[in-house]
Amino acid sequence: MSTIELRKVTKRFGSFTAVKNVDLSVAAGEVVCLLGPSGCGKTTTLRVIAGLESVTDGEVVIAGKVMNNLPPEKRDIAMVFQFYALYPSASVGENIAFPLYHDGISGAERTARVNRVAAILHLEHVLDRLPNQISEGEKQRAAMARAIVRDPNCFLFDEPLSRLDVELRQSMRGQIKEVLQGLSKATVIVTHDQLEALTMADRIAIMKDGLIEQVGSPHEVFAKPANAFVASFIGTPQMNLLEADLKTFADGTAEMTVAGINLAIRTDAAVARLQPGKVTIGVRPRAFTATDTGDRGTISARAELIEPMGAETLIHARTAAGADIRVVVTRSQRVKVGEALNLRPDPRQTHVFDGAGKAVRS
Amino acid sequence: MAESILGKLGFGRASGVDKAGWGRTLAVAVVAFIYFLPVLFIIFTAFKPQGDALLVPPTLSPTSLFGLIPDHFVFKPTLENFGSVFSRSMTPDGAPEATGFDRYFFNSIFIASASVLLALVIGTLAAFGFSRYPLKGNDTYLFIILTTRMLPAIVVIIPVILMFRVVGLSGSYLGIIMLYTAFNLAFTIWMMKSFFDELSPDVEDAARIDGSSGMRVFFKICLPQVIAGLAATFVFGLILTWNEFLFALLLSGPDTRTVPVAMNQAVSSGGRGTDWTLLAAIETLFLIPVFLVTFFLQNHLLRGVTFGTVKR
Repeated sequence: MSTIELRKVTKRFGSFTAVKNVDLSVAAGEVVCLLGPSGCGKTTTLRVIAGLESVTDGEVVIAGKVMNNLPPEKRDIAMVFQFYALYPSASVGENIAFPLYHDGISGAERTARVNRVAAILHLEHVLDRLPNQISEGEKQRAAMARAIVRDPNCFLFDEPLSRLDVELRQSMRGQIKEVLQGLSKATVIVTHDQLEALTMADRIAIMKDGLIEQVGSPHEVFAKPANAFVASFIGTPQMNLLEADLKTFADGTAEMTVAGINLAIRTDAAVARLQPGKVTIGVRPRAFTATDTGDRGTISARAELIEPMGAETLIHARTAAGADIRVVVTRSQRVKVGEALNLRPDPRQTHVFDGAGKAVRS
Repeated sequence: MAESILGKLGFGRASGVDKAGWGRTLAVAVVAFIYFLPVLFIIFTAFKPQGDALLVPPTLSPTSLFGLIPDHFVFKPTLENFGSVFSRSMTPDGAPEATGFDRYFFNSIFIASASVLLALVIGTLAAFGFSRYPLKGNDTYLFIILTTRMLPAIVVIIPVILMFRVVGLSGSYLGIIMLYTAFNLAFTIWMMKSFFDELSPDVEDAARIDGSSGMRVFFKICLPQVIAGLAATFVFGLILTWNEFLFALLLSGPDTRTVPVAMNQAVSSGGRGTDWTLLAAIETLFLIPVFLVTFFLQNHLLRGVTFGTVKR
């Protein structure tokens, strides 16, 4: 079975711990994205799976076998590198054929396989060229072709689309997804681009400082972020995280002070478990309704900056106490700079994070 | 247009002329000519009749260029000097004798290429090691290796002579080749290490993941990428070794004498003063092998020297 499993994997470089106690399992046919800001340990995790870095602690299990002490060439994996890492002195065709030499595949079979993947990835016309003679998109596809030309245990992608322009990125995203769907292999994709992760992954593992903060489906990590970091990392524009002072909770409504304003907003019932004190309220910019009259369930703020984004408009508003709030409204809603807004958060989309930043949810 | 005619003649084929303009191109040509002048003078001297070598004013050209050059600057070219390199009479009335220069040319070519190639093989492997598997104190070792080139030859020659005499390497091919190899190694390791340092480590990682062992990564992936570096290192090493005089003078025997040593002896023997045309003929012949190697490797050489200075 083509699976990947990390069991309490830790990787240290000297005194620096790049990956801390990571547990992750990827089923056959599943695509898992490691997502996080730069330096969060996602690429190190990938290199540990590939065997390019040894683990300090824990176990790397690929296809049911512990691979800790096996060098990369014995792990039977395929990897696509951020900078493609095509062999500069070999033609594109030879590049794609390279992994097949080690599998002892005969010349005719080799040519057939190269031609097959070249056809899938539209590379037939560049097979005889050198890597520095083809376009960025073709390089990406050649690197991809080299990975899928044989039948490895699993696929690893390191920021596969980061070097492409926006348009090409969109089409490649689709292509990669399509190719991967037909292969039923465990796949790990490292990216710092949440859109890439949300669109390509079956599950997303969000990393920060070497730790996995949350693993879940794209829908889960967006709708039910496990903590304030995940909440702020996923979604554009960023979720509003407002410091609040929780007073009481009764009948599904929490009384609290947010930026100097006393509010009574409906929240998750689990908030009842919290002691009164400091919490963080998370509301996505699209989860506000602007109402004409303010009441105890609305936050009043003044529009400071307006950014039209096409179908929607992003408003940067500021409360009297100086808290910044991002609000997205539809294009038809005309708001002028300086206008007073009464913002009512959608109770189903209002997240409460406790003092440690952990989501409070039933 | 003048340019199109010149273009057809092969001028300006490089876009350099268009960019730099004719003025600058000509200025560079003049400087280049000044640099080449001594070499050209030696080559011409090799073709002059013996008496012409020291004429004042000198003869300058083998042809009058359709009357452009006055007759007293024109010499009558001859191949006689080249013949005398290999065979000439050693006494005023004696019959021509073989000079042994064929042997010396063979020695020069054999010793220089053997030692440079040997240094290239050992040095490239060592450089790869230094670059990819750094030891604790890597830079110190590299520095120590370079110190062998910091002393002038004259400083180390006496202990080397003594050591060679004790182990019986004096005058043997093995001895001189070993010595040159050792001297070329420092240079080779430093050169090749910088080439390996420039390579993208991702490419090697990719090859490992694709199933290559360390050896295969080196031979199939790394080595093809540093061909320019190998060529550059080879040529520079060859030029240094080819022209080396002092070690060759003191450590080669009659059978292993190299051309620079033999040249020295040809000049100072015979008691007739220096035979300048003969010397020029030897020098001209001596130029040819290194000139050819450099010429055939020059594309690699240029890429080798400018390696890493262009955006990857």
